[in-house]
Amino acid sequence: MTQTTEAPAARLTHQPEAVAAPPARATATFAKALNAALADTMAADPGVLMFGEDVGRLGGVFRITDGLTARFGEERCFDTPLAEAGIMGMAVGMAMNGMKPVVEMQFDAFAYPAFEQIVSHVAKMPNRTKGAVRLPIVIRIPYAGGIGGVEHHCDSSEAYYAHTPGLTVLAPATVRDAYFMLREAIAFPDPVVFLEPKKLYWSKEEVDLAELRRTFEDGQAPRRIGRAVVARPGTDATLISYGPSVPTALAAAAAAEEEGRSIEVIDLRSIVPFDDETVCASVRRTGRAVVVAEAPGFASVASEIVARVQERCFHSLAAPVLRVTGFDIPYPSPKLEHFYLPSVGRILDAVDNLQWED
Amino acid sequence: MSTAINGGRGSMMGGASGGTPPAGAGALLPSAEPVQLVGPDGQHVHDDRYPLPDGEQLLRAYGCLVAGRRINDQANALVRQGRMAVYPSSHGQEACQVAAALVLGDEDWLFPTYRDTVAVITKGVDPLQVLTLLRGDWHGGYDPHEHRVATQATPLATQLLHAVGVAHAAKLRGESTVVLAMCGDGATSEGDFHEALNFAAVFHVPVVFFIQNNEFAISVPLKNQTVAPSLAHKAIGYGMPGERVDGNDLAALLAVLGAAVNRARDGGGPSLIEAHTYRMQAHTNADDATRYRSADDVERWVPRDPILRMRTYLRALTLLGDVGERAFADEADAIATAIRKGLNTEVEVNPAELFEYVYTEKTTQLREQAQQLREELARDAAADAASVDSASDDVEHQGKGDQR
Ligand SMILES: Cc1ncc(C[n+]2csc(CCOP(=O)(O)OP(=O)(O)O)c2C)c(N)n1
Ligand SMILES: [Mg+2]
Repeated sequence: MTQTTEAPAARLTHQPEAVAAPPARATATFAKALNAALADTMAADPGVLMFGEDVGRLGGVFRITDGLTARFGEERCFDTPLAEAGIMGMAVGMAMNGMKPVVEMQFDAFAYPAFEQIVSHVAKMPNRTKGAVRLPIVIRIPYAGGIGGVEHHCDSSEAYYAHTPGLTVLAPATVRDAYFMLREAIAFPDPVVFLEPKKLYWSKEEVDLAELRRTFEDGQAPRRIGRAVVARPGTDATLISYGPSVPTALAAAAAAEEEGRSIEVIDLRSIVPFDDETVCASVRRTGRAVVVAEAPGFASVASEIVARVQERCFHSLAAPVLRVTGFDIPYPSPKLEHFYLPSVGRILDAVDNLQWED
Repeated sequence: MSTAINGGRGSMMGGASGGTPPAGAGALLPSAEPVQLVGPDGQHVHDDRYPLPDGEQLLRAYGCLVAGRRINDQANALVRQGRMAVYPSSHGQEACQVAAALVLGDEDWLFPTYRDTVAVITKGVDPLQVLTLLRGDWHGGYDPHEHRVATQATPLATQLLHAVGVAHAAKLRGESTVVLAMCGDGATSEGDFHEALNFAAVFHVPVVFFIQNNEFAISVPLKNQTVAPSLAHKAIGYGMPGERVDGNDLAALLAVLGAAVNRARDGGGPSLIEAHTYRMQAHTNADDATRYRSADDVERWVPRDPILRMRTYLRALTLLGDVGERAFADEADAIATAIRKGLNTEVEVNPAELFEYVYTEKTTQLREQAQQLREELARDAAADAASVDSASDDVEHQGKGDQR
């Protein structure tokens, strides 16, 4: 697919050999990668629309839609009246009439007014109509905590969505995945709840966004929906994690290494569909597992993971699968959130409790 | 005070189903221009429907206005110093804040939003308790029953339905309570706004819905929210009267809100008041307003400042002199000092409280989790002590939480 508007960037990255000194590696933040994914998709597909609250002129409160209105016009990226049920319901109608709406819920807890639309229509329409109506909608939600936010700005709401048949639920944890997964989500035929961990928005990686674009548009990016990935290989135990908890799990694995334990970290990326194969292959190899997630543990995605692993890997397990999650309480205020969040210490404690013989 | 907003229930409850509008429906419409009693130049503007509040009342309210501005300034400063997480300022909207609280009696309820800190304080809540939420040590800091001030609502328009419920219960219990519920212009687009007005009208309960139209919902201007002639015009759709008022005119606000409160107390039912004002500062300190409006836009509102005009008016009548001004300034300073001192004092947060109020009776699981955290913190403390004692670095990682 040609990208005439992005030609200069494309030319630059096509001739790295022409530069004598090794070129400085480009870096991008998680937020910028999402922004680029939206821009590239909108450039490639005129049916893709972006709308929500403050996503137009302001570029979103996290600037994920920065520049989209200027570049694609107000018909393609626009502010709606302030009403989440309205945003969601209108997206359903637009999708029924040939568009691919990407909507932004400003914060996790502010998606709740849209809940009825999501559960009763977005999730069920394809099934009701025996596939006659497909809803290629992406619901972007800045989500979870760890940013010192006040109440209603830090909810981990993934279980509500994961529990609702018909919804695909994704949570990227790296800059590269943020780009590829958002593009994949928009191209996906079914509705996707796309959870963007707020605390990762400012995280940076060495990536060249133009290169990611070419990789994706050339069909070279491997599928990520329904595919977990081994974020760090190890042999002694597996940490299973997703979204905001992946960096914490990786830090715990690094700390464990100093203590002589080799810990594998799985980044799920996709909560629904769930990649039993990758997760179970890892647990069968290591024989021990801890699930790490920020949401309250009771009736959570973490509970589901434990159940699945226990059912499938029972004979490989040396110890019960444990969980490190948030407590079963409302997300705490900024000065108390560090008591709540899964930490390296808590993960290492859980690993210690995996019935080691030594 | 007379129920200056006329029309209302009798005219609408009957034949709303017919093809022609019921007689008196026009009386539910707001006035063509926002009600103004004191203009930006400080001169009294005569209005047949609304008598000017008396000098004493205005003077007292002016004192609250001066204090309100100081509270906003102080809170902004504390955010800059990192003492508070965030502060949605009502700078420029203080007349609305003060009037909303002053028209209510002790038996009346106020339902505020995150922006209405000054209203909450004006109704009597301790400023330090109010700012607990924004300081970040708990989600709310005051007991709503003490001064009949509900928690400050962040999920937009949700509180309006609670206000209807409180008013309905008061009616059933035979209390004379009136409820004043606040929201912003943006919040009027939410479904809960519509549902609250409809419920209030259908149950004919004593609620005054008070919209502070400050022209913006974060970056989104009012024209993106509605194409109605005004927000107050929405009232007729629910069968209640709507009124518009100059939101920077303290006298007009006291008169219009006061009339609506009296009307509600006298059994006249709900009404909707829209105040035309302006958000002089960014949405919060985290917002960059230069991305969506110009300095000139803001500048145009400076001469309409609510304090300026009331001061001019009161001084011209010699109700306010240098001595009086000094006294008000001193009172405002005292409040600001108390806030500054209070917020500069480090609060002890108690992690055990995290589990304390989730349920009336703690579940078994929460008791376990509370115990787990207690043990973890004890181990941390012991490990810290050990590392200080022995200065050795072979301390186990045991329960060492990531501290921010
Ligand atoms: C249900 C819901 N959606 C979104 C938000 C995020 N949000 C907080 S304030 C705000 C703008 C509100 O504007 P307005 O009602 O005019 O009040 P103002 O801030 O101007 O006082 C938004 C979108 C929220 N708090 N609740
Ligand atoms: Mg507003």
